[in-house]
Amino acid sequence: MAPAEPLLRVEDLRVSFATEEGVVQAVDGVSFTVDPGEVLAIVGESGSGKSVSVMTLMGLTRGPNARFDGHAMFGGRDLVSAPDSELQKVRGNQIAMVFQDPMSSLDPVYRIGDQIVEQIRAHEHGISKAQALDRAVDLMERVGVPRARERIRSYPHEFSGGMRQRVMIAMALSNSPQLLIADEPTTALDVTIQAQILDELRQLRSETGAGIILVTHDLGVVADIADRIVVMYAGRVVEQGTLDEIFYDPQHPYTWGLLGSITRIDRDRSERLPAIPGLPPSLLAPPSGCHFRTRCPHAFERCTEVPELISRLPEAPEHLDRCWLEVEAKRSLRQLGDQIGLATGETVIS
Amino acid sequence: MARFIVRRLFAVIGVLFVISVLTFLIFQVIPNGDPAARIGGQHANAATIAQIRHTWGFDRPIYIQYLKTMGQIFSGTVVSYSQGVNVLASIRRGLPATLSLAIGAGIIWFTLGVLLGVITAVRAGRFSDRALTVLAFIGVSCPPFFLGALAIYYLGYKANIIPLGGYVPFTTSPGQWFSHLIAPWLVLSVLFIGIYSRVLRSTILDTQHEDFVRTARAKGLSERQTLFRHVLRNSMIPVISLWGLDFAQVIGGGAILTETVFNLHGVGQFAADSIQMLDVPPILVITMLTAFFVVLLGAVVDIVYALLDPRIRLSG
Repeated sequence: MAPAEPLLRVEDLRVSFATEEGVVQAVDGVSFTVDPGEVLAIVGESGSGKSVSVMTLMGLTRGPNARFDGHAMFGGRDLVSAPDSELQKVRGNQIAMVFQDPMSSLDPVYRIGDQIVEQIRAHEHGISKAQALDRAVDLMERVGVPRARERIRSYPHEFSGGMRQRVMIAMALSNSPQLLIADEPTTALDVTIQAQILDELRQLRSETGAGIILVTHDLGVVADIADRIVVMYAGRVVEQGTLDEIFYDPQHPYTWGLLGSITRIDRDRSERLPAIPGLPPSLLAPPSGCHFRTRCPHAFERCTEVPELISRLPEAPEHLDRCWLEVEAKRSLRQLGDQIGLATGETVIS
Repeated sequence: MARFIVRRLFAVIGVLFVISVLTFLIFQVIPNGDPAARIGGQHANAATIAQIRHTWGFDRPIYIQYLKTMGQIFSGTVVSYSQGVNVLASIRRGLPATLSLAIGAGIIWFTLGVLLGVITAVRAGRFSDRALTVLAFIGVSCPPFFLGALAIYYLGYKANIIPLGGYVPFTTSPGQWFSHLIAPWLVLSVLFIGIYSRVLRSTILDTQHEDFVRTARAKGLSERQTLFRHVLRNSMIPVISLWGLDFAQVIGGGAILTETVFNLHGVGQFAADSIQMLDVPPILVITMLTAFFVVLLGAVVDIVYALLDPRIRLSG
């Protein structure tokens, strides 16, 4: 039983940008919900529209050439249509964001402490600078920055990448947000640091009860943190479900491809790491019907029609996918030996 | 910091040496540059010229001439060939006018350049941006002698709002000082305002795409706070380096056209007169003065960089 009202409900979100070459439909009818204390992972390749979707929630994609449709209800407010002045009060306050590249996401010319204080004071007007600095120290300690009291006077270039990302997380937490959006928070970091940052996020969720949206291209990253997963491809959601549903009973061939390309230490080292053939389609002129059909070895005539995002599994009404294949066919096609993956050759479907 | 200053002092010495040697050599090789012939005048015969050449030491080896001139410059006794006046005294007389011109214009062109740069960047692509862009290009394309002549004719001669030229010291009459300088300030500034606003506009537009600016917005800062705290401070470095160089040139007598058009009797006008006469000593001293200011302002600019951006260290 889901609670009556989710923290965030995104409904049929569409984002397009007018460019010199034509209109780019970056997000094409995306819907999902996030509950308090839940980690929702949005997974997809570069250009799948995952970052644009979450940045739109913050109003960060607004511009003269951008068009928006749909709704994103948060605390009784529609984030898609809210005026900038209203969004500004939500940003960094009820909704905070951690970005991909901690090396460039902090302003190089200000001290770490001042940058955190700036965010605190942007939303709490009564708080003194000293109080805000104290809170900044607490926040930095909480996300595991050693000697926070001293380091607060450092500049970003005096920090390592991992430490900078901790600072970004501390900053995001500074006003106790109800929703934390982390856009590829570990992509730019070393593997060991990645695990630490994911630990921080996991701990946060249990301590604060905030909802978290984790955007990533790496299904491996979400395996031990996400509750639910949304898989995006070329601006559309192609599959969504719980972690177990996506990992153990994936319905969409694109998801199989993503699962097949996770690096695994139990795989024979002489094997090549499987990759999904081809490139994501241009969003200026995506293929008709299923956007994945041009890269899908299992595509057939029907794929020129757009499959709806619905549950095709009677036992899992919340597990949605956009694929015309029969469930039984999917379950056999995705099996490559003892692992799930996307076949590379042509496959004829009887 | 101490190391930085010491290194820059050595740089000043090096630059002054190279500049002075080059300037000195240039006047040895340019045609019609024989100072003895000029001092002797049109009707001097060969014997007179030889006599002059001997008295002034033009018949000595070139490095002796150079050393002698440099000795005179640093002991303050160097005289101009054409008028026989003390060069340093002439420069000292012209310096108040040149300083007044440089400081007033430097403030005006920096302030207006930054202001226009910010406005055009914020309104990029809209009408006000385009209109100001056209104005900036017109400004960049207008030489000071042309603008100055227009100002003197229309504002001075026709409308009688400003004086027709000349310089009045501040100590004599602050009001007169101001009214004699306002037109030169603006005329000299127009070109720089055009350049600075274009440079700042493009730097701001680049900086606006930086990740940390997106972070600033995501923190809930207003557009204005984002612009002034994060974008502008990170966009100022190119404009500040330009300002340092340009200001140094003007203060070293580089505003030759403006000073001459408005008859300010500053260092720049002295330079113009000396160049017409191919008069080496004043040209040499003014060139060295300009070079000195360029190196000095370069050091100041570097210190300002380090204040603006903590990643920059002063190393000389």
